[in-house]
Parts: sequence; structure tokens; C-alpha cells
Amino acid sequence: MSAILSIHDLKKSYASGQVALKGVTLEIERGEIIALLGPNGAGKTTLISIVCGIVNASSGSVTVDGFDIQRDYRAARKLIGLVPQEVALEPFEKVWNTVRLSRGLFGKQRDDALLERILRRLSLWDKRDARINELSGGMKRRVLIAKALSHEPRVLFLDEPTAGVDVELRKDMWDIVAELRAEGVTIILTTHYIEEAEAIADRVGVIARGEILLVEEKAALMERMGRKHIVLQLAEAVEGVPPALAHHRLEPGADGHSLVYTYDARGPRTGLTQLLNDLAASGLRLKDVQTRQSSLEEIFVDLVREKAE
Amino acid sequence: MNITAIRAIYRYEMMRFFRTLLQSFLSPVISTSLYFVVFGAAIGSRIQEVEGVSYGAFIVPGLVMLSVITQSISNASFAIYFPKFIGTTYEILSAPVSFLEIVTGYVGAAATKALFIGLVILATSTLFVDISVAHPVAMIAFLLLTCLSFSLMGFIIGIWAKNFEQLQLVPLLIVTPLVFLGGSFYSVNMLPPVWQTIALFNPVLYLISGFRWAFFGLADVPVGMSLFAIAVFTGVCMGVIWWIFRTGWRLRV
Repeated sequence: MSAILSIHDLKKSYASGQVALKGVTLEIERGEIIALLGPNGAGKTTLISIVCGIVNASSGSVTVDGFDIQRDYRAARKLIGLVPQEVALEPFEKVWNTVRLSRGLFGKQRDDALLERILRRLSLWDKRDARINELSGGMKRRVLIAKALSHEPRVLFLDEPTAGVDVELRKDMWDIVAELRAEGVTIILTTHYIEEAEAIADRVGVIARGEILLVEEKAALMERMGRKHIVLQLAEAVEGVPPALAHHRLEPGADGHSLVYTYDARGPRTGLTQLLNDLAASGLRLKDVQTRQSSLEEIFVDLVREKAE
Repeated sequence: MNITAIRAIYRYEMMRFFRTLLQSFLSPVISTSLYFVVFGAAIGSRIQEVEGVSYGAFIVPGLVMLSVITQSISNASFAIYFPKFIGTTYEILSAPVSFLEIVTGYVGAAATKALFIGLVILATSTLFVDISVAHPVAMIAFLLLTCLSFSLMGFIIGIWAKNFEQLQLVPLLIVTPLVFLGGSFYSVNMLPPVWQTIALFNPVLYLISGFRWAFFGLADVPVGMSLFAIAVFTGVCMGVIWWIFRTGWRLRV
């Protein structure tokens, strides 16, 4: 696989003095789905906006399929579709006309059959002659997606696509992402919903304060960074951690009948054997054992905290 | 050249116009009729002729220019300000189009609408007065150039404006006075000498003068000068727009 999007040392400072990007370098492979995860104000939208041509970079370079976004802007932009975060649509225009405009703007010849397929896919076909201001919020988002797909992009940016969106649309969106991926479209989505990244991305990039903290295969990230918890359900109630087990990293469970052991699954020694031996020697009787792995959410919070320290 | 994109923008903008065709059509007809009643009948009864042309006919080129200029500016400024206001410029900025293509689409549509209204006014005026056009080709050329240059100016205003007040400010405070003082309703020769000199600094004077020459063969300033003035004005506007897109001023942060 070769990179379809190469971002090199991209920096952006706004006129207000705010530094939005502090030198982002990122390679995105052809056909992958990458989620850029970060809190509000991390620089996700700025990054996307520069690649799409909406914001000027302060320095650095970006190429899309080998085309520089400055020198070969036409070739680069033709490949890109963008679903923006904010719903920005002309209120008095009809759905069909606005989607048709998008296709034309990108220099594609009129293709009503394709637009019909897209609108049907997004459950917008019945609304094609409705004005935008007659649509619900979720429908408007669908229109934004239809506009982005109307010119058959090879790289699709979804900027917080499911923020404030109902379950149905979210599911639809994920299905569409899967279909596009099958067609070989590269998808970059930003989100601060970790479940979203977890559910659909191949790789996850964590971005905070204008920097990429890490980019990893989702599974590897989970595994590498994953802290595991073992919940030891006891037959009898305990008050705090029994003295015999005090040297283990144990915390009493909330229900008074359990102990929680947290360990780093990637470490060479987990301390599990010793813990279980000591547990047996202490005379406590086990009723049940559960294990739990950190969610991306916890990993993310850890990463941001580490960086801040 | 992304011709498809130009066509897409042009078509989309024109659809907005056709959506409100009746309003677009009615308001110039009514305002022209009012001008004829007020200026033509009330004042015209006191001024019989201006340089051998009946006053009613004399004001026709000025009336057309007045509407064409204000329409060009308001059409073009609104066409780009509104997307900026509601945030839909993201799509234009991210599309594979050059500034020239964007401007051609938007300004072309704004100029077309203004031209249409100019022709409607011309047609309406024939209901009130007899007019003959001495140089029809020049008349159309002046009309087209005016639509184009003031639509370009409107486009700049639309990008410059940060709110609706500013959007109205330039047309109201600068353009309308310039049009009125540019000899729409009188010949500059009727002014005292000092004001005649001052009027020569008014770019609109050259437009109205050239346009009137196309009708009656008489002009306040030489026709060549009029053409030169429009060319310079158009060139300056194009230069400003080129700079706006190069730097992204008020469009691209």
C-alpha cells in the first residue's frame, strides 16, 4: 500500500496568535479508515480544512495522491470530498439542486442516475424537491454527505460526522463508510466519540493541542496501551484490602465483596501468579473472576494526561 | 479551465433569480414608472429640452444606468456574502476551481440579472417616451461593460462585508450619490464650472455619458474616455479580486 495523503510538518497559527497545529506529520494509506481522535480545540478541523483548501497553512506541505495541495490544487482537490462539522446549506435551495451544484463544482459531468443512487442510499430521494429549511437536522446532515459523495471522491473527510446525530443515521453512516471502503475510498474521520473510532477505524491517530500524539493500528493501540483489570469476586465481604495482600496493586471493589487488580498487559511481569498464590494463602475464597480491558476512552484520557505532565 | 464548474455556479445563481422572477421584474418596472412620473412629468414640464433631446428621453440612459449599477452591486455582493454568512463557502473553497472560474460564475450571473433588468427598464421607458438608439452596438456594449464592472465591484463588497449593514453601506453611501451626481438626470454642462470639474472625478459620469452618447450621439466627455474609464475600473476590480483569492482575505483564514 502507498500513502494517498502525506502531511509533512504542517503548522498553523491563526492571526489571533492561536497556534492550532504545531508541526503535524501523517501518512495515510490508500483505502484505509483512519480516525483522528481528540478533544475539542485539538486541531482536527484545522488539519482537515488545510488539506481541503479552506484554510491556508502557515508552513509545511500536503500531497494528495502525489499532488501538492498548493501547486496542483485542482488535481488534489478533485480527489477529496468533505463532510463538514457544521451544517452549512443554503436554506431556500432544493436538495436536488444543491447536490447537483456540488457535482458541477468539482468538474464532473452531469449524472442524474448517480445522484439518484446517492440520494436513495441516504433516504433523501423522497425529499429531493424539498427545500433545505424544510428538513430536519438529521436530514440536513444527510444532504451534506450526499453533496460530498456527489463528485465521487477517492478521499473522504468526515468531520465529526455523528455529533448530535440519531442512532439511525449513525448506523447508516457506518454502513456507508463500509461500502465506500469496499470501493477503495480512503476515509479520514475526526471524532471525539471513541466508540466511533473503535467501531469503524483501521488506525487511530490521537491529536491534542495541535500535535499528533500517536498513530497506531486500532487493535495494536488497544493492546499496547491497554491496561487490564481483574475483578476478584469474593465469597465473603472484605473491609478494604486485607493486610496479607497489601503489597499488591489492589483496590477494594465498590460492592465490598470484590477486589480489583489493575495491571499492564504489555509489561513483562504482570504479577498475576504471585497475586493468586497470595490470595490462596490468605484463606480468602474466590467466587468469580472477571477481566476487563481499557476502552479507547481510558487510553485516550491517559495519553492526554501523560502528555500534559 | 473547469467550465463545468462555471456553468454549475452560473446556473445555480440564475435559479435563485428565476425563483423570484416576479419581484425581480416588478420592482424595476414600478420604480422606473415612478421616476418618469416624478422627474419626467414634474421636472420635465419645466425643462423642455436638454441639448436638443426632450427631458423625458434624456433621463432614460441615466435611469437604466442607475438601476443596472445598483442591481449589479446588490446581486453580486449578496451572491458571495450570503454563502459566507451561512458558511457554504467551504464548498467553493474546497472545489477544484480557480478564482477566475468562481468570479466568472458569480459575476456572470449577477451581470446577467442586471442586464435583464436594464433591458426591462429600457422597455418600460418606451411606454412613456419616444427613444431612438443612435449606436445600438455601443449601447449594448456600454450596458454589458457596466453590468460586468459593477458586478465585480459588488463581488468585492460581498467579500469585504462582515455584516449586513456593511453590505448596504457602500451602495447606499457611495454608489447612489455617485450615480445621482454622475449626470443621470442632467447634463454636467448644466452645473456651475467648479462642480463640472469635480464631477470629472466621478467614474460613473463616464459610464452615463458614454451610454447616453450611444442613444443620442451627445456626451459630456469623449466616448473614448468613457471606454477607457470603464476599462480601468474593470481592471482595478479584477486586480483586487485576484489579490483577495491569492491571499484568501476574508475568505480563507
